[in-house]
Amino acid sequence: MSPMILAENLGKRYRLAGRAGPYSTLREEIVRTLSAPFRGRAETSEFWALRGVSFQVEQGEAIGIIGRNGAGKSTLLKVLSRITRPSEGRAWLYGRVGSLLEVGTGFHPELSGRENIFLNGAILGMRRAEIRAKYDEIVAFAEIEKFLETPVKHYSSGMYVRLAFAVAAHLEPEILLVDEVLAVGDASFQKKCLGKMGEVARQGRTVLFVSHNMAAVSRLCRRALWLEEGGVRMQGEVEETIAAYLASGAELGGERRWDEERAPGNERIRVRAMRLRDQNGRPASVLDRRSPFTVEIEYELLDTVAQMQVGFWVLTSEGIVVFVAGDRDNEDWLDRPRAPGRYRSRARVPGGLLNAGIYYLNLGVDMPLGKTVTMFDNALQFSLEQTGTPRHSSHGAWRPPGVISLSLDWEIGRVEED
Amino acid sequence: MSEKKELLRPVARIEPRRRLALVDLRALWRFRDLWLAFAARDLKVRYKQTVLGGLWAILQPLTAMVLFTLVFGRLARMPSDNLPYPLFAYAGLLPWMFFAAIVNGASLSLVDSSRLLTKVYFPRLLVPTSVVGYALVDFALGFLILVGLMLYYGVHPGLRALAAPLPVLGIMATGLGAGVLLSALNAKYRDFRFVVPFLVQIWLFATPIIYPASLIPERYRWIASLNPMSGLTECFRAALLDTPLDWRHLAVSTAAGAALLVIGLVYFGLVEDELADVI
Repeated sequence: MSPMILAENLGKRYRLAGRAGPYSTLREEIVRTLSAPFRGRAETSEFWALRGVSFQVEQGEAIGIIGRNGAGKSTLLKVLSRITRPSEGRAWLYGRVGSLLEVGTGFHPELSGRENIFLNGAILGMRRAEIRAKYDEIVAFAEIEKFLETPVKHYSSGMYVRLAFAVAAHLEPEILLVDEVLAVGDASFQKKCLGKMGEVARQGRTVLFVSHNMAAVSRLCRRALWLEEGGVRMQGEVEETIAAYLASGAELGGERRWDEERAPGNERIRVRAMRLRDQNGRPASVLDRRSPFTVEIEYELLDTVAQMQVGFWVLTSEGIVVFVAGDRDNEDWLDRPRAPGRYRSRARVPGGLLNAGIYYLNLGVDMPLGKTVTMFDNALQFSLEQTGTPRHSSHGAWRPPGVISLSLDWEIGRVEED
Repeated sequence: MSEKKELLRPVARIEPRRRLALVDLRALWRFRDLWLAFAARDLKVRYKQTVLGGLWAILQPLTAMVLFTLVFGRLARMPSDNLPYPLFAYAGLLPWMFFAAIVNGASLSLVDSSRLLTKVYFPRLLVPTSVVGYALVDFALGFLILVGLMLYYGVHPGLRALAAPLPVLGIMATGLGAGVLLSALNAKYRDFRFVVPFLVQIWLFATPIIYPASLIPERYRWIASLNPMSGLTECFRAALLDTPLDWRHLAVSTAAGAALLVIGLVYFGLVEDELADVI
């Protein structure tokens, strides 16, 4: 085993001056320079996005980087991918680095799919000959054969993501840095991406995978690095690290909001938020599997709509649909037209039904005539925690097999032989 | 321990930035395909969704030429080294527009690519320098018109015309110097977005394009020659149209252009590493 990445005491400091934007205007700089002799130096405050981070990644190893938003995960990837320099410490990379920090970076909307493959490949560090050699494979992976000459501005978001990932996935660097690409695309494509990344890891290449998707991290990685407030809180075997991380309650949230432009929907409906609440009504994404929880969808109607419904799908981390729910179950609203305005539909999911594990919620909207169906995949992710071993679990296993886990009413009686 | 790490020959060493970084030519060479990809992208996108397309490359210097001919040639009766004024003006405007395209394009390029700069690593110098691609193509198209004008006015170039690529190279280097410098300044101080258009306009009038250099009093000519564009434009015109050329003037201008390029590259090197943080 030889190391592919060696990081020693990496730190990244940002200066937070008392101003609004990250960039300055000349006037401010001049004023600051001229007034510098007249005041102390401590005007700007410092902020360490990363500090004292040391770790080592062996060849062929896939390591997951987990942690809350703002813990320094993305800063670490930026430093390792040489986008920004560290303020202290050093790192050695023993292979070509390819980063997949955000799919589709550098795509030009006016250029065709074919032109963008070459542009994006070059941006990711591929030589032209290399791209040409992989071209057919990329096109096949992205499933866009028919739209190669179409400008990507006419692509659906799904096609766009597929193409972007396809280019990046065929980069074949020795070290692959991945940041949350799996948060986009539909379930089947995500599966494909995970598969591709697993393949990359098996080929002896090294993968650094930043994600909030614990299921993906645990499937792909053997080791994990848990960052907190810019430092390493824990590193070790993946299941152990994830368990400790989830137990710390760090993964809060349980809410997704959309701004007006990105809200899923159409010209008649806009879904603005989707939320998970625990039994006490607090938004949460880590829940006790024995307690009920509530799924809440907030949407705006721009028009009077009859016979519509909003709802959700619950999927396991393997992509199996557990059940589907829609607010047409409420008979009062079944045929009642909904006037324009803001609405909230919510439903309670009973506790003690789903097995412990990680689940996804897809958002669904049905408009009248069953014609317009809007879906937003992976709107939310949550994890149901086992608290205490179910009594029926054999051998005291922490988690019994199965998608659902029920405690049934057992009748037990002694049968007398005739 | 450190020695061992070096023995394994790392592909990249990541460390805090040094004070003075010079242009990493090896890295630029390694990323040459990306430079070409950027240039190709800009070229393809430039005239997309325009009705006239590549004609714009010709229309811009041509309209400027007509305008200047009317105002300065006819109304102000500007001397033009005994050449027809339209030809005289166009032969100056063409290299000028080449220069202006590089300066304008390069100075905004970094900020316009900020998304890319904060997501992917590559030598940042590729971004402002790749504008040379479309600027050269526009220049080549505009050059055809210059040839047409020369034929029309019966001006035959001598052997000196073979030297014309030299001032073009000089103008490119000067444009890159100014463009690279302004792109880095603009990334840090957005004031430069507003400064550049003025600067380019003032520069146009400070350069003997609509007037001949011979109009500048002998005593002040050395000051004028500190403007790299003055000597280089003059030289381009002289190579093709056989107008008089002041060699000292050209030498000073060339040196000034080279100095501008060095200043631009050095400042860019100072800012390059923190671009992703400040942009």
